[in-house]
Amino acid sequence: MKNKHLDAIYNGLLRENPIFVLMLGMCPTLAVTTSAINGAGMGISTTVVLILSNMLIAALRKIIPDGVRMPAYIVVVATFVTLVDFIMEAFTYSLYQSLGLYIPLIVVNCIILGRAEAYASKNTVTMSACDGIGMGLGFTVALVILGLVREFLGAGTAFGITIYEASAVFEPISIITKAPGAFLVLAMLSALQNKLKMKSATNGVNGGEEKGCASDCESCGGECH
Amino acid sequence: MSDSLRVKTSPRVKTAAQWSKLMFDMEIALIPAVLFAAYHFGFSAIKVITVSVLACVLSELVYDVCLKRERGITNGTAVVTGLLLGLTLPADVALYVPILGGAFATIVVVMLYGGYGQHFMLPALAARCFMQISFATPMTTFTVDGVSSATPLAVLQAGNMPNLTDMAIGTVNGCLGEVSAIAILIGFIYLVIRKAAKIVTPVVYVAVFVAFVGIFGGHGFDMNYIGAQVLGGGFLFAAAFYASDLVINPENVLGQVIYGALLGLLTGVFRTMGSTPENVTYAILVCNLLIPLIDKYLPVKEKEAA
Repeated sequence: MKNKHLDAIYNGLLRENPIFVLMLGMCPTLAVTTSAINGAGMGISTTVVLILSNMLIAALRKIIPDGVRMPAYIVVVATFVTLVDFIMEAFTYSLYQSLGLYIPLIVVNCIILGRAEAYASKNTVTMSACDGIGMGLGFTVALVILGLVREFLGAGTAFGITIYEASAVFEPISIITKAPGAFLVLAMLSALQNKLKMKSATNGVNGGEEKGCASDCESCGGECH
Repeated sequence: MSDSLRVKTSPRVKTAAQWSKLMFDMEIALIPAVLFAAYHFGFSAIKVITVSVLACVLSELVYDVCLKRERGITNGTAVVTGLLLGLTLPADVALYVPILGGAFATIVVVMLYGGYGQHFMLPALAARCFMQISFATPMTTFTVDGVSSATPLAVLQAGNMPNLTDMAIGTVNGCLGEVSAIAILIGFIYLVIRKAAKIVTPVVYVAVFVAFVGIFGGHGFDMNYIGAQVLGGGFLFAAAFYASDLVINPENVLGQVIYGALLGLLTGVFRTMGSTPENVTYAILVCNLLIPLIDKYLPVKEKEAA
């Protein structure tokens, strides 16, 4: 892809999807994807924080001293999370209640800190914003898919609309909406992604830029795999 | 993957022919329990067990065909898993339960880990746990000829004493395979004669369990109470057919003693202090996870392996 901004977005959405490829941010992923709506809410709020924090950190990257960069990132991220927290409490109260503790926990979300450290601290404001959009979209899409599958199998609904009811022939598999189901569905979807050889870092399509060990496992040659 | 993350599962059964013979013995050993279930629960029992076996066999076949694996279906392991799963279900359970359970046991618990022999958990029990969490009502509604009544363990938990003779013969309520102690014992004795069972683990399991409910059960060593605990629920079935499993068991004899003791301890804790009457499933699954650890610290000696 020629346009480097679009490439950064595409990278986060598919090639380095934070959930199915990088396996980052597993805590909210496993905990809140009991329904597609919850997944979307979590994904969008994280995306907003991610874009804003990426931009601010990129803007401040030359001012922040190396030795205290982690606390500095945390302060930046926490500021935006607090904003999102209050906004959600004011405008989307039921979603705010169902996500509960996981909104404040965005502060320590691996994806946000990971992108701040790996990307925003080395790139320009616009590029970091694109990276934030891509990663955020990738996270949101993954959470919605996970939530949708779990909701459909575990409760017989999709986006809160009943698709099928419990009957003598079949009943929703309620374990899927509980904690073990999160692991099962995530593993199945990741396996599917791998099996279908979707273009991603782990399936041997190198992004062409330096991405560290989490990127291209097939052509990395390291001993970890 | 680094070596520290790799869990070793030893090839405990060496040849395919040996494996097939063992599985055949398992099938024969389960026949008394199946026959008694058919006699006691009627046609619905046969239906549930048949569907469960078919689900396991077909899942394995479909998985092998889809992934172009070598067909392992002929050695009869899937049939044994299906029988073990079917026998742990209530009689009037809707048929999607054994179908899903069989598919889960075969594909998720066994096939994804590399097939029979490489699994680290008892597939039938993992599937039962999956079903019990998913379909709580159908899995805990026990009926005989369409009439539901309390299982002996529920009677016991309510503070009453169930009839021990009925429990030994099996004319009580519960899951298909667990009701008749006599049928289970016949199967187990057959396994022991055919050398198709580990003996140490079940013996230690029963001994530790009896000691535990005797000390902490609140009834002292009252024979009626201990008898009811041993004969009730899936305990005997689990001891005879799960704890004696040749694959899911530590190789070292001392390891088997530890494994059996842990099983007895956990089952006892869950039985006497748990909120639901029956928890053998969970006790065994938790202990299954400890086997690689036991194997690591108590490796089998060359002499014993031979």
